[in-house]
Amino acid sequence: MSTALEQPRAQEKPNYLNAEYGWKSWLLTTDHKRIAVLYIISISAMFLLGGIFAMLIRLELLTPQGDLVNSDTYNKFFTMHGVVMVFFFLVPSIPATLGNFLVPMMIGAKDLAFPRINLLSWYIYIVGALFALAAIAMGGVDTGWTFYTPFSTTYSNTFVITAAVGVFIAGFSSILTGLNFIVTVHKMRAPGMTWGRLPLFVWANYATALIQVLGTPVVAITLALVGLERAFHIGIFDPAIGGDPILFQHMFWFYSHPAVYIMILPGMGVISELVTCFSRKGVFGYPFIAGSSLGIAIIGFLVWGHHMFVTGMSTYAALYFSLLTMLVAVPSAIKVFNWTATMYRGSISYETPMLYAFGFIGLFTIGGLTGLFLGTLGVDVHLTDTYFVVAHFHYVMVGGMVLAYLGGLHFWWPKITGKMYPDGWGKFSALLVFAGFNLTFFPQFITGYLGQPRRYHAYAPEFQVLNVMSTAGASVLGLGFLIPAIYLLMSLRNGKPAGNNPWGAKGLEWETTSPPPTFNFDETPIVTEEAYAYAKHEEEHVG
Amino acid sequence: MDFPLWPVAASNIASDVDHLYIYLVLVSAVMTLLIFATIFVFAIKYRRRSPDEVPAPIHGSLKLEITWSIIPFLIMLTFFWWGAKIFFLNATPPPDSMDVYVVGKQWMWKIQYPGGQREINELHVPVGRPVKVTLASEDVIHSFFIPAFRIKHDVVPGRYDTMWFTATKPGRYHLFCAEYCGTEHSGMVGWVTVMSPIDYENWLAGGGTGGTMAQQGEQLFEQLGCSNCHLTDRQGRGPNLRGVFGSHVQLTDGRSVSVDDVFIRESILNPNAKIVEGYRPNVMPNFQGQVTEEQILQLIAYIKSLAIPGTAVAPVGTQPASATQPIGGKL
Repeated sequence: MSTALEQPRAQEKPNYLNAEYGWKSWLLTTDHKRIAVLYIISISAMFLLGGIFAMLIRLELLTPQGDLVNSDTYNKFFTMHGVVMVFFFLVPSIPATLGNFLVPMMIGAKDLAFPRINLLSWYIYIVGALFALAAIAMGGVDTGWTFYTPFSTTYSNTFVITAAVGVFIAGFSSILTGLNFIVTVHKMRAPGMTWGRLPLFVWANYATALIQVLGTPVVAITLALVGLERAFHIGIFDPAIGGDPILFQHMFWFYSHPAVYIMILPGMGVISELVTCFSRKGVFGYPFIAGSSLGIAIIGFLVWGHHMFVTGMSTYAALYFSLLTMLVAVPSAIKVFNWTATMYRGSISYETPMLYAFGFIGLFTIGGLTGLFLGTLGVDVHLTDTYFVVAHFHYVMVGGMVLAYLGGLHFWWPKITGKMYPDGWGKFSALLVFAGFNLTFFPQFITGYLGQPRRYHAYAPEFQVLNVMSTAGASVLGLGFLIPAIYLLMSLRNGKPAGNNPWGAKGLEWETTSPPPTFNFDETPIVTEEAYAYAKHEEEHVG
Repeated sequence: MDFPLWPVAASNIASDVDHLYIYLVLVSAVMTLLIFATIFVFAIKYRRRSPDEVPAPIHGSLKLEITWSIIPFLIMLTFFWWGAKIFFLNATPPPDSMDVYVVGKQWMWKIQYPGGQREINELHVPVGRPVKVTLASEDVIHSFFIPAFRIKHDVVPGRYDTMWFTATKPGRYHLFCAEYCGTEHSGMVGWVTVMSPIDYENWLAGGGTGGTMAQQGEQLFEQLGCSNCHLTDRQGRGPNLRGVFGSHVQLTDGRSVSVDDVFIRESILNPNAKIVEGYRPNVMPNFQGQVTEEQILQLIAYIKSLAIPGTAVAPVGTQPASATQPIGGKL
């Protein structure tokens, strides 16, 4: 990818891509935009790997007998699918790529507050990913991405410590990115860029950063304890030596539930940008969308127990967690309503990014509502640990987060690369993704209510028809992901020059050139208007 | 081809759960359709008609924000309330429940009945009678899941959990392990057979056994040498166990604990954890690894049978209970 970007063009204005050449200029860069590109390449590789495991899982589940691979191999497939996708794709996906690229630019800064720490966080991510890949290469892990004890500490014979170390290390990358964002948003805003004028994407990344900094240390400690317990039998989680296996679940979900919001909040930030741009209209209820991001970040820390209703927790604790789960849905609902209201009397156009935004709103709504099923006590007892849960979180994580990521990538691709991609192919693959996704995961709501447990290598034959639908959908979905990979890469060579602002969007990132110069702006922009002031389009320009 | 879209409902709570689920589906469908329809209408009605049109800004409306925060939250509170009600009403087994003991072990379900019958991956229960299931794990966390009954409970090593149900419809239903437990997790499945009360009595009678659970526990009590110290007629080196189950005992550290399943289990596996007032620590050997969870359950059944001097616990399956009596029983 980089070689194509590096071809010098005589007429090209100096930008971050042609400023320096050679692998060293990439691997030692402190430019947030180049680091974002490094992240895009890394997480795309991990997405491909996780996707291959997903296809192998779906292929195995085409028939109920479990006849493609043996049980141990299947268990490793779903574990590695989860570990790779959650910790090495979803958690870093938007903050480390689009966030890295855009947060400084959107607030009118030259770079993040700590450019070297930003590079360090990429290296830490790579070291963590190498541990995860080493665990896979040596023979895999079979604990599930949740590493439940005492299976992970005492009974599994796979490379649990290696994988846990990988996740542990990658956690620091996430913490450093979060720290960098918090300081940057507090201290680096351009003159006139008040908190009330911050683009909603920045608000979303800011809220995410708070969770990253506050939550990630807990999962790091938890996984360190799993490793120590496994190696030295210290008696934290294993009941045979005085530990409590449920304590692990409390600690794990104390991070991993907020982590769901690490994964989805930045996606919501992207959607806020897309909806306003393609409605060409200021966002409806700015303070409510911004505030709901913070609300989600705070309440998100108080609901972890809803993953544990059937572990025998006190009925009163269950009551509390169920009630707060209902509460955390309110800020998400506020966002959906405000996006819809933003379109009211707008000027809506349907370029590729907007199709992803439509898809996001629809699928996230279903994902969110089915989350309420699982927060409802009497129903969760039946549904938990079935395919209903699998369907629910894929609606949020793939239908929500991945669609937002793709929408954002298509939206800012012209800014990142200076090139346009073919919009027709973009629309076609967005529709493929939407259709393939629903065909894959909707039937799983039904198998879940029927009672098919998750993580089953072989399953009861009466579930087969719905599973065949899922596998068929997964093939369509895979194709929908493959096509953008091809045309986006091809656009690097053949794409038409994008211009500074191909969508007619508002926001400081569109004021500068595409691709932007190394320090983003030729001179520090002065902000004189609120975010998304489309109606003032013709009047004054900043920067 | 067998292609169900809705699970069989075969327990007392199944239809309650189904009704709540249908309510959730309907509300969600309405909400989803409303949002889809609104977006669809807006996307068509307000499509861009000329490339340079700029619509007038609308900044927001506090009234709307409050409305669409409060109304959904109130609807969600109905989910919460209804779900909590089902959860609470079914949290405690009714006092007249019959007991079944389940031990999860990689990768099978070992089931014992108070009468001493034992099965693997098969559970037999009568229709119309509350069944209290005591769950224990020999190794990792499992989860005992009967979809047709809409119930599930984790089986956590190191403690006892209980759940209960009343089967309402004779038939054979899936029993699944729902918590991932290793290689053959998906093979840790079995069947629940719900029988009419008469068939159930016949089935119980047909299972040749080595005595009730309590009797099997008594044999173990002798074999393991427990009876050398825990004399049942007078005080030995360890406490006399006659009549202690269900009572409160004073510990050397001043605490008072009630003698229940959990306390007895702990005292077998880790005797020094709690020493009863008047006795010394480090006298009783540690039985960790010497007895299986099934055997511990038998020992507990035996100690329980000593609760009331002179009476042994009769197999529960033979106790009369109004719910299971044939119609003639009312005469």
